[in-house]
Amino acid sequence: MTTETLIWLIPLPPVLAFFLIVLFTNRSKALSHTIAVGAALLSWLGSMIVFVRALGVEHLGEHPFESSINWLPTGDTWLKIGVLVDPLTAVTLFFVAWTVLMIFLYSIGYHNYGQPEGDHDHKGLPPHGATVEEHGNKHVVPSVEPMYARFFAFIGLFAFGMFTLVVSDNLLTLFVGWEIMGLCSYLLIGFWYAKPSARDAAVKAFMTTRVGDVFMLLGIAYLYSVTGTLSFRTIFSEEILHTLATIPSGFLGFSTAGLIGLLLFIGTVGKSAQFPLHVWLPDAMEGPTPVSAMIHAATMVSAGVYAVIRMFPLISLDEKTMTIVAFIGAFTALFAATIAVAQNDIKRVLAYSTISQLGFMIAALGIGAYVAAVFHLITHAFFKALLFLGSGSVIHGMEHGVLHTGNHDVDPQDMFNMGGLKNKMPITFWTFLIGGFALSGFPLVTAGFWSKDEIFADAFGHGEIAVFITLGSAAFLTAFYTMRQITLTFLGEARTAEAEHAQETPWTMTVPLIILSVFAVGYGWVGIPEHFPGLGGLVPNWLHEFVGGTLAEHPEPVEFSWVPLLTSLVVALGGLGLGYVVYRDIDTPAEDKLQIDFLKRKYFFDEIYDAIFVRPAYWFAENVVYRFMDQGVIDGILHLFGPGTQGLGDGIRNYFDLPVINRFFGDGSAEATYWFGGKLRAIQTGRIQQYLMLTLIIFVLVGAALYFFVLA
Amino acid sequence: MVPLSWYLIFSAALFSIGLFGVLSRRNAVAILLGVELMLNSVNVNLAAFWRYGDVADIAGQVFAVIVFAVAAAEVSVGLALVISVYRRRNTVIADDLDMMKW
Repeated sequence: MTTETLIWLIPLPPVLAFFLIVLFTNRSKALSHTIAVGAALLSWLGSMIVFVRALGVEHLGEHPFESSINWLPTGDTWLKIGVLVDPLTAVTLFFVAWTVLMIFLYSIGYHNYGQPEGDHDHKGLPPHGATVEEHGNKHVVPSVEPMYARFFAFIGLFAFGMFTLVVSDNLLTLFVGWEIMGLCSYLLIGFWYAKPSARDAAVKAFMTTRVGDVFMLLGIAYLYSVTGTLSFRTIFSEEILHTLATIPSGFLGFSTAGLIGLLLFIGTVGKSAQFPLHVWLPDAMEGPTPVSAMIHAATMVSAGVYAVIRMFPLISLDEKTMTIVAFIGAFTALFAATIAVAQNDIKRVLAYSTISQLGFMIAALGIGAYVAAVFHLITHAFFKALLFLGSGSVIHGMEHGVLHTGNHDVDPQDMFNMGGLKNKMPITFWTFLIGGFALSGFPLVTAGFWSKDEIFADAFGHGEIAVFITLGSAAFLTAFYTMRQITLTFLGEARTAEAEHAQETPWTMTVPLIILSVFAVGYGWVGIPEHFPGLGGLVPNWLHEFVGGTLAEHPEPVEFSWVPLLTSLVVALGGLGLGYVVYRDIDTPAEDKLQIDFLKRKYFFDEIYDAIFVRPAYWFAENVVYRFMDQGVIDGILHLFGPGTQGLGDGIRNYFDLPVINRFFGDGSAEATYWFGGKLRAIQTGRIQQYLMLTLIIFVLVGAALYFFVLA
Repeated sequence: MVPLSWYLIFSAALFSIGLFGVLSRRNAVAILLGVELMLNSVNVNLAAFWRYGDVADIAGQVFAVIVFAVAAAEVSVGLALVISVYRRRNTVIADDLDMMKW
């Protein structure tokens, strides 16, 4: 099979799995997950083959695998869709395929496959556990998810959207995949739809990302109207880029390229949960944990960053847009990190750290550090998927404890209810530690260190000191809250009976953790800068060479400097150390000095948005749409119609029906007949000779008339 | 030979006498007599037109014979009715027999 055909086929298995499960196999749990995982495996296999083949091509950036077909006729040209694998796509495909496969596998264990049906589980609610009898003793074990097959169908569709987005060669199919993922995100956040919080979160996520998507679609439309094409390779040709850079857009002094870039970037702000559209991501943690891992850490939010990276040649044309991108990214990185410090829900901490890390990537792009952004995107996908799956494993273990004690008031996601899980769940602990250290940028061994270090080096090397300091502070906080999380969750003593009885999760959950932790460590080594003291040059900086080849102008690696390296070391180790020292002895939220209301309530963003957007929208809906438009105008018009028609009806009845039809035609004909009858009865004498006389007279008269008028 | 018009005038006179009898006589038997006169005036017409038309075609004569037959039948039915009425109502005056009215 040619590579191009293979690329076309990569997104297909998951969507086929979706339809198969939805239409045919949804009653069988085993069959459904086999199909879904099998489809993910096929896509993974295809991606790996494409990836390996891509590695073998020299100057892949100039001669990518591409293939396109005519899709929609647009006058005398065609809107083309197609696939493209250049170095950026290849590395993205690599991490997407791996994380998707791991998460599919993990979902089997997470949804308690093989466990009995729950005692009183309902569709739309998380499973509550089932009572089983063993050796005469009754005890409660986790029960299988009631909507098991549905989950696999949805993540299958989601995987289709992601693969479509990654392999597309144009903005249109990229946007299609983007929206499919938005839909799946909605469906999966609201997977436990009987919980009001999950419903609200799903709506919030959908609405918030929609704001970004509308701007993105505007950007796409603008781009199409200016250039007449949506294909990346065509847009990035020197000629079109030059045109875009030189035509002013007439909006605040942006060039056309700058304004299009800005609009597309707003799409990313929504999708990747950047400030100010970040509010949906923490709430999205209402979904099942594999969803949080897949959609809200590893793939969908990465897709937002991927889109900006993809459009980098366009966005980088305008200095102003780049400044905005860098500012938003750096601000978000620090801003989200400060909120994460005060969160107690294990998944919410990770959610804010995701926002923060995505901010790192965006900031890196904003200062032109293309390769560093890609590098961090990949390493982040691996270690954040790992962390989320690890947190899911922790929650799962805690739920086990909750089922054991039967005390359902204990929140299995609150870190202050945990503690000492290191010994109960060793595999989860070690893999979570690896993920956490990668997130913190623990020096030398973890992937996060190398990618974050590269961002620092670029920021410093490009002289963006403000970005450098902001990101440095954010990185320090990242290490701090990560260590806080690890300390509260795994170290020390168990703080509740539930944590005491937590259990290690089944192999379907731990194996993905182990595989992802290999990447969380190992992936960093492909991007070690050449001039790094000691290690530089031992392994060639493959990533820089490969990914850098995507751009027309190969980016030069920044010169080595001790300042960013030392910063990176200090913030990582300092943050981790401080986190451990501070939280070593803390047992209750009351002892935690950082439980500031301001931070816990996320700078009141939800309240502010509620006041600015949600309530006015409700007010508008209630007063303007409902009371004024609907009741006043529409109902008013309808009420005019009602009496009007009735009046018309009355008029017709009184002035036409009653007098004309009833009186004249109806009664009148009867009366006329009666009257004539009354008159004519006089000649009905019963005397035969009078009848004959009359007959004779009429005969004579008619005969005479005929004679005079006809014959004569 | 006597011209055709004489027969026709005779016939019309006979018809008129019959008609007058039908319309003016009060006795029902007399009215039936009037009807017989009118039928026989028609027979005169039929015989005259036959004689002055195509003699080989005897349809006129046949028709006259049929009229005789019908007239005989009619008179017998009519006289029977008159006798029946007389037995029930004790009168043969046509004007008294007026119960066939509204």
